Amino acid sequence: MSVPKVRLLGPVLALGLVAAACGSSSKSTSAPTAPGATNAPSTTTVTLASATLNGSGSTFQKAFDQDQIQAFQAKHSGITINYAGGGSGKGQQDLADQVVDFAGSDAAPVKDPTKDKGGPLLYFPTVVAPITVSYKLSGVTTLTLTADTMAKIFSRQIKTWDDAAIKGDNPSASLPSTAITVVHRSDSSGTTNNFTRYLKAAAPSSWTIGAGSTVPWPTDTTAGNGSTGVAQAVKATDGAIGYVDLSDAKAAGLTFASVKNSAGKAVAPTLDAASAALVGVTVNADLTYNPLNSAAPDAYPITSPTWILVYKTQTDKAKGAALKAFLAFILTDGQTNATASDYAPLTKDLTAKALAQVDQIVVPA
Amino acid sequence: MVGSISGLDERMTTTTSPTPAPLSARRPAVADGSFRYLALACGLAVLAILALIAVSTTSKALPAFRHEGFRFLFSKEWNPTKTKVVSGQSVADPHFGALAFIYGTMVISAIALLIAVPVSVGMALFLTDVAPRRLRGPVSYAIDLLAAIPSVVYGLWGVVVLAPVLTRTYGSIGSATHGIPLLGTLLSGGSGRSFMTAGLILALMITPIITSLTREVFETVPRSQKEAVLALGATRWEMVRGAVLPWGRSGVIGAVMLGLGRAMGETIAAALVIGSSPQITAHLFRAGDALPAVIANEFGEAADVWRSALIGLGVLVFALTIIVNSAARALVVRTDRRMAA
Repeated sequence: MSVPKVRLLGPVLALGLVAAACGSSSKSTSAPTAPGATNAPSTTTVTLASATLNGSGSTFQKAFDQDQIQAFQAKHSGITINYAGGGSGKGQQDLADQVVDFAGSDAAPVKDPTKDKGGPLLYFPTVVAPITVSYKLSGVTTLTLTADTMAKIFSRQIKTWDDAAIKGDNPSASLPSTAITVVHRSDSSGTTNNFTRYLKAAAPSSWTIGAGSTVPWPTDTTAGNGSTGVAQAVKATDGAIGYVDLSDAKAAGLTFASVKNSAGKAVAPTLDAASAALVGVTVNADLTYNPLNSAAPDAYPITSPTWILVYKTQTDKAKGAALKAFLAFILTDGQTNATASDYAPLTKDLTAKALAQVDQIVVPA
Repeated sequence: MVGSISGLDERMTTTTSPTPAPLSARRPAVADGSFRYLALACGLAVLAILALIAVSTTSKALPAFRHEGFRFLFSKEWNPTKTKVVSGQSVADPHFGALAFIYGTMVISAIALLIAVPVSVGMALFLTDVAPRRLRGPVSYAIDLLAAIPSVVYGLWGVVVLAPVLTRTYGSIGSATHGIPLLGTLLSGGSGRSFMTAGLILALMITPIITSLTREVFETVPRSQKEAVLALGATRWEMVRGAVLPWGRSGVIGAVMLGLGRAMGETIAAALVIGSSPQITAHLFRAGDALPAVIANEFGEAADVWRSALIGLGVLVFALTIIVNSAARALVVRTDRRMAA
C-alpha cells in the first residue's frame, strides 16, 4: 500500500544506461566481459526467449525490485517483468492461485510451502533493510532507545518524553515533557510484522500486544497509511514516534533513534549495520532466517529480511529460464546495486547459498 | 426539467395527431417484442448480478462465519494475528469481531448525513428558488464537478491538510465543552484522524450528490403550484415550505439514501482519515474504524480465515446497505400514505 518511490531516479537511470550498453555489446560476442561497475560471475549473458514475468507481494522490497527489473530488462530486451506490490499476503495468495510467476514476501511462510497447488516453493533471500524508529521532538536530535523502552512507548506504558526510562537510556540529553504520540501503520504490513516481532523477541516482558502484520494497538495511538503515511504523520506532530523503512524515513527527512542491540551497543539504522545483522545468523535449509534482534556486535537489531518466492518446478520453458536469469541477476549485480536503492546486500555466504538454489529450479526442456 | 417535460408534451401531440398510420404499418409486433425481451433481460441482469455477488461473497466468507459464529457480529475483538500458547507451542488464535467496525460505519455515516443533508437541501433551494438566474448554471455545474472528484483526493486532502488543522480545533472545542454532560463526552479526544474527521470528509463527498439530485427534484415542482401559493400572499419561505418541500419529500429522501449509500461504502477516504482503531466509544474525536476501510487496509496481508473474514465484512456492508435502504423506502411509503390521507 505504499506510494511508489521516485527518489534516486538519477542513479537508477544511469545504471540502466550502463547495463544497456553492456547488453547491446554482449549480444554480438558470446562471452561477455562486463566492464566497470557490473561484475557478473555466474550470469553469463545468454539470449533469453522473450517472456513476461509477473510478480506481486511485499511493498517493502518493491523499490529494490523495480530498480533491478529496470536494469535487467535493459540487458534482456525480450523480457518484461512486472512487480505489482500489494502486500506480502497478497503475493503469497496470488502465487498460490498461480496468477503470478513470483511473489515477494517479508515473512517466512506460515503454511507448509510444500503443500501449495503448484508444488514446492523455493525461498530466495534478496536484500535486507533497517526499520527506523523515527521521531519528531523539538530540541532533540540524537536519541538512543533500548528495546524495553520502545516496547513501553509503543504500548503506551510511557506517555511523556521526560519519562525516567527514556532519561535512563539518554543520560546526557535534555528531554522535554512533551506528550508522546505513537504512530503506527493503518494498513497491515510486513514492516509492522517485523517491528512487532522484534519487540516481542527483545522485550518479552514489556511487549504484550503480540506480533503480526496487524496488531491490536492501544486506542490512543494514531495510524498512517503506508510507510509514507506514518512518516508524514510523524513529521506533522511534535512529540510523535513511529516505525518507518529507512528509505521512506530518509525521503521524509525524519530523525531516527539509535537502538541498543542485544550486545549492548547503540547502533544507528544504516545499511552497513543492517548487513552486519546477518553475520552469524542461523540460515535454515530453505534459506529462511531471522535477522531480528541479531546477536552480532555491530548489528542494527530491527533489520527486516525479505524473500522472493517461486515454484521449484516451472511449467513454461521461456518463463522459467527468464525467472532463473532474473534471480541470478538479483543475487549478483543486484547485490552490488542494492545500496543505490537504499537496501543492504546479503552476506557473501548467504548470496552463494541462494545462487546455488537458483540451479534447483526445474525448467521444462 | 419543467421545460423539457412540456417540450416533450408538445412533440408528442404534434407527432401523434397528423400521421399515426406509418407506425403500425412497420410491423410493430417484432420491434415491440424484441424491445420487451431486451428490457426484461437488462432488468433480470441486475437481479442476477446482485444474487451472484451475494452468493459468491457469502460463500467465500463462510470459513470466517464458521470460525466465529455470532461473535463475528457481536464481538468487538478484532485481532487477526493473535497467538496462544498450547502445550508450550505458540499457535494462531485469531479473533474476528466486526462490531466496532459496524459501529464506526454507522457513526461516520450519521455525522456525514447530519452535516450534508441540511447543507445540500439549502443549496438546492438556493439554486432553484433564490439564486439569480444567471448564477444557477455555473453554480450547479461546479457542484456536479465536485461530485466527480475521486474519493482518494478527498482522503489525501483530509489527511494532509485538514487533519493537522482539526487536531488543534478539536483540542479547543474539547476544552471548551469539558464538563458539559452530553457534549463533553461526545466532543472529547483530540485526534486529527478520528470519527469526526472521517464524518466531515464524507459529508463533503456526499453533499454534491445530494444537492444535485435534490435540485432536480425541486425543479419538477410545477410553476403553477408555486405561483398559486405566492398569489395567496405567501412569502418566499412560506412558498418553499408549503409547495416545494412537500412536493419533493420522497425525492429528497431518495437523494439522501444515495448519499448514505456512498458514505457507508466509502473506502479509501475513510481509511485514510479514520485512524484505524477498532473501538466503540462515544468520543467522536477519537480514532475509530469502518467496515470498508478495514478491508482496504488489511486485504494485502491477509490469508486464509483472515481473508475470508474481510470478505465477510464486505457481506456486512452489503447487508447494512440493504437494511438501511429498505428502512428508508418503508419510511417514504408511510409518509406518502399519510400525506395522501
